[in-house]
Amino acid sequence: MTLAFADPPKSTGIPRREFIKLSVSAAGGLLIGFHLPALAAPDKSSGVFTPNAFVRIGRDESVIVIVNHSEMGQGIYTALPQILADELDADWSKVRFEPAPVDPVYNHPVFGMQMTGGSTSTWSSFDQFRKPGAAARAILITAAAQQWNVDPTTCRTENGKVIHGASNRSLAYGQLVDKAATVTPPKEVALKDPKDYKLIGKPIKRLDAPEKTNGKAIFGIDVQRPGMLVAVVARSPVFGGKVDSFDPTDAMKVPGVRKVVQVPSGVAVIATGFWPAKLGREKVKITWHEGGMQNFNTGWQRQQYKAQIGGMGAGARHEGDPASALKAATKTIQAQYEVPYLSHAMMEPLNCTVDLRADHCEIWVGTQFQTVDRAAAAEVAGLKPEQVEIHTTFLGGGFGRRATPASDFVREAVSVAKEAGAPVKVIWTREDDMHGGYYRPMYLHGLTGGIDAQGNPVAWLDEIVGQSILAGTPFAMMIKNGVDETSVEGAADLPYTIPNLSVVYHQTEVGVPVLWLRSVGHTHTAFVTECFLDELAAMGGKEPVDLRRAFLTKSPRHLGVLNLAAEKSGWGKSLPAGRGHGIAVHSAFESFNAQVAEVSVDSKGKVRVHRVVCAIDCGKYVNPNLIEAQMHSGIIFGLTAALYGELTFENGRVQQSNFHDYQMLRMNEAPEIEVHIVQNQEKSGGVGEVGVPCIAPAVANAIFAATGKRIRKLPIRMSEAV
Amino acid sequence: MTSFNLNGKSVSVDVDPSTPLLWVLRDSLGMTGTKYGCGMALCGACTVHLDGQAIRSCVAPLSRVAGKNVTTIEGLSPNLTHPLQRAWIELDVPQCGYCQSGQLMSAAVLLKENSNPTDEDIDEAMSGNVCRCGTYPRLRQAIHRAAQLASNGGGR
Repeated sequence: MTLAFADPPKSTGIPRREFIKLSVSAAGGLLIGFHLPALAAPDKSSGVFTPNAFVRIGRDESVIVIVNHSEMGQGIYTALPQILADELDADWSKVRFEPAPVDPVYNHPVFGMQMTGGSTSTWSSFDQFRKPGAAARAILITAAAQQWNVDPTTCRTENGKVIHGASNRSLAYGQLVDKAATVTPPKEVALKDPKDYKLIGKPIKRLDAPEKTNGKAIFGIDVQRPGMLVAVVARSPVFGGKVDSFDPTDAMKVPGVRKVVQVPSGVAVIATGFWPAKLGREKVKITWHEGGMQNFNTGWQRQQYKAQIGGMGAGARHEGDPASALKAATKTIQAQYEVPYLSHAMMEPLNCTVDLRADHCEIWVGTQFQTVDRAAAAEVAGLKPEQVEIHTTFLGGGFGRRATPASDFVREAVSVAKEAGAPVKVIWTREDDMHGGYYRPMYLHGLTGGIDAQGNPVAWLDEIVGQSILAGTPFAMMIKNGVDETSVEGAADLPYTIPNLSVVYHQTEVGVPVLWLRSVGHTHTAFVTECFLDELAAMGGKEPVDLRRAFLTKSPRHLGVLNLAAEKSGWGKSLPAGRGHGIAVHSAFESFNAQVAEVSVDSKGKVRVHRVVCAIDCGKYVNPNLIEAQMHSGIIFGLTAALYGELTFENGRVQQSNFHDYQMLRMNEAPEIEVHIVQNQEKSGGVGEVGVPCIAPAVANAIFAATGKRIRKLPIRMSEAV
Repeated sequence: MTSFNLNGKSVSVDVDPSTPLLWVLRDSLGMTGTKYGCGMALCGACTVHLDGQAIRSCVAPLSRVAGKNVTTIEGLSPNLTHPLQRAWIELDVPQCGYCQSGQLMSAAVLLKENSNPTDEDIDEAMSGNVCRCGTYPRLRQAIHRAAQLASNGGGR
């Protein structure tokens, strides 16, 4: 196979996985500066108190929290203000949010660049938002104490006011704005005792719900600039293809089309609006040099992948002596599991607006990767990163596609802007978005398992075949000993105490650009490991929950969510005729999740998921309202992939193009979902991606319970069940 | 020049009448609350009302709305007072929010025609609207809640 994208773009920064490992040391010392140099000196005339880069307080009592993570649905524009406002003792009804500009002060405290991903935003930025809130509060107390000529330690704060109880006086924060601007900020501030939290831990409502209920929220695609043009780009129908020649004559005749120009990714049609640009693109005659991928097809790829099983791979985990244990096993089973390429299919297709000037470039984009995108834009524009200004809009979904190491959609938009001669918005159609690559890779798992005479698993061998997400990107240095953790996470750290265990990774090189998709490696490893464990349970005559309990004795948090989901779902009790229960438990992003699905299959093989019971342990948490919503979201996202998601190739071309052949789960298919959040004081874990992994195996295992058929391939098709 | 009534006001646009209403709203009139999701009437993000009926504006040519009444999300209520908007905020329905204009416009027609919809009625009316964030459980709950709010005298 060929690697068609051989020249990764250069960029700065390092991704999540490596940093998650570093986080143990980094988390202890989160004391970072939270002052923007330009804002260090408070502006005394503006009527706005700007104690640091994360908060502004106005004479009108407004409290604006500047948020460095992108809002893509997870509710981070609520959770992080909630944290800061708690330390500030702000009046929550006055708190608003504002997206941060790009500046090192806003870097992700663990990843060291400005970005959103890895289900890390809330826990990683917890202290990053507490400290500025506490610092601002301390300044406001000092200001009030000076005004009253009292000892600051005799003052307290509550609900947006400084109060001096002894003299029964109070001043609202807005009344202290001018005085506060003259106070020297403290060097160290004390943070609240968690028992004094008023907002953290509460089911606070989203701050962005009103503007997402009246059409006023501005997503990237909604950005309008004076004199702005709109472009669509014709890209190669085959990955790695290049423009051989093109004829713009007919396209230029479409009213509204201004320019037809070649850019590195294809041919851009620049017009007065989206519709003329799209009509114009249909009229451009392009001859492509399709390159090495023009005969690529999924059936051939599958055969190549199957041929890898049993060959030499990179060891991701090794315990005991699996080969001998398999020979000595009472019974063994072999199975191949397969998952296809997936498109992120955010509801808002990719887009990016660029206003490029001689010494400045302004960009409006819904992105998860500000630092990387800024460096990429600067490189294309021939500017310094500091000359590129990124305005982060709301994201109409991200799921990882808007965190692209290659910055493909930003680079392309800047390339178009160089030709446009005016501010320009590049819009991808749904079809462009679906054909644009950066998919969740296709994977094949070859599994071998063995049980002893008592029916207990004694050997487990998992061979994983698929593309590396990191290879060919600036993050390739994170591939260690041939193992890309994003391909094996969730499989290499199998929690079950099976004594003989081997996980091997066979990296493939395919000219299809791939990327992390919500829950990344866990999208396939949870499906494979939890279904295969059920297969071993059935072979050994073990009840699925009992077997898990017996092999999770060293993983109390796995066990906790497993038991909670089993209990709340009525596991083991009788179900209506034709229905089955399936369970799965999995840890991802330092959180723990278990789900029970109740499923039936009709005579035509149509799978219906009636109810899902979800138990989530994410340790100490900030907002259970947002956690419940993210569990709904992850489950429906994962169920969509389990029931429908599949991209296939013929002659190098992706066969699917829009929601008729790449289907989304809809209201009439959405199960009833019940979410139970574990209350404990464990270290906080992630939430945004954690609901995704368990649903596919829970449903597949429920299908077995209902029908006796095993699902080893996604999307689920009863015709392919074994 | 094509004229129609948009959210109670007469507008005229000088655009090729075959242009989909969606792009007239977004690019010519700057009304960006109505969203593009698929361009093929598959996802419902572009749903607006044409003389009180829900239509997919991505496949409705401008010529189809000439002389008629179009309501977009911006015209659903002047200040978030529609029972659906109140229920949406009360139950925190939106996540990324991109599909919500279309969801609300579809739900508004449902409630107008059926003041107390069942789950099956909701399935039927709302299954043309995709939400990739999976807000369906809260969407369903919010439609029921809005029906309740409307029957308590909060309706229009």
